[in-house]
Amino acid sequence: MATTAVTNTKWWNGGKSPFNLEYGKVMMWYFLMSDAFTFGAFLISYGTIRFSTNGWPDPNVVFKSYPFQPHGGNAPLVFVSIMTFILIISSVTMVLAVQAGHHHDKKAVVRNLILTIIGGAMFLGCQAWEWTHLHEHGAWWGKNPFLNADGTHATTNFTNYFFTITGFHGFHVFSGVVINIIMLIMTLNNTFEKRGHYLMIEKAGLYWHFVDLVWVFVFALFYLV
Amino acid sequence: MSHTHNAETYKAAKAEVKRVTIILTILTIIELVLGFWMYSSKESLGHSGILFIKGVILILMVVKAFYIVAYFMHLKHEMKNMIMTIVVPLSLFIWFIFAFLYDGNSYNHLRNTYDRYYESQRHIKVEDKHESSATHSTENENHTEEHH
Repeated sequence: MATTAVTNTKWWNGGKSPFNLEYGKVMMWYFLMSDAFTFGAFLISYGTIRFSTNGWPDPNVVFKSYPFQPHGGNAPLVFVSIMTFILIISSVTMVLAVQAGHHHDKKAVVRNLILTIIGGAMFLGCQAWEWTHLHEHGAWWGKNPFLNADGTHATTNFTNYFFTITGFHGFHVFSGVVINIIMLIMTLNNTFEKRGHYLMIEKAGLYWHFVDLVWVFVFALFYLV
Repeated sequence: MSHTHNAETYKAAKAEVKRVTIILTILTIIELVLGFWMYSSKESLGHSGILFIKGVILILMVVKAFYIVAYFMHLKHEMKNMIMTIVVPLSLFIWFIFAFLYDGNSYNHLRNTYDRYYESQRHIKVEDKHESSATHSTENENHTEEHH
């Protein structure tokens, strides 16, 4: 395959890469696997606590607000579905940047990286608004103003898990945006052109898709189920 | 490798991205429709109906994850040994999920059976509490502010 510019063969003392992949990309995969275990542990812990509790708040009641409304509005799931589509589209532009890199199309790499960075920034902006809005309504770590779906008194488990897990995900989005900005600067400086390949963008791309992947789970488990 | 061949693979790869984007969008829209359906017809669906819809949403979630990992992260096109070093360790999650959720459920069941105070709380709605005692008034005030 054209993509296997085996520049780092020296890392693999067997003489050739056993996976037909460069060293850095394999290691990025293993890092992401460990990160998946971290997120998985968070989400399974959330599920366990939810299963060990009689009631739980209704996400359609908690997440019904959207910006530019004096009373927050009443549109369940609308705002979070916008956030979800922003992240999916930014993942698509990232794939396009990686593919453009394979074909040394510098202009397309720059264009798609800029779009990905904008998408990431938009997602972070949405999340900042959502957190601020919930905080104004008295929700924070250790504080839960929402009732259970059946009208009984809720524990603070709901807000604790929501802010911890979406916060951890948001931090990943933030670092992803920073990594993509670095990739953009390196592309504009012709670093990859001089190096002869754009493999670094593939690793940044893997990280960015992982952020999108985690959101698929957070979205379904916190906002839908 | 010839230039025309390169251009062709570029085109094919772009077509694959387009196809996966459409699939992910459709799956997300189905998830949202199911979410709205659960919210708008909670009474008519009943307990088992809600559980069924939640199950469908979870299956769609896993399908979406497959498409992102297989196509966007390109794992489907890697060598089989590479795929195995990622997928086999992650299959531990199957055990984690069943074991921990079963444990949580069991703990709740035990408390509902043997802890009379814990069991009684599940029947007391916040409005009833407000009438019967003043001790929880601060929490109720928080709640009523929400509505005004």
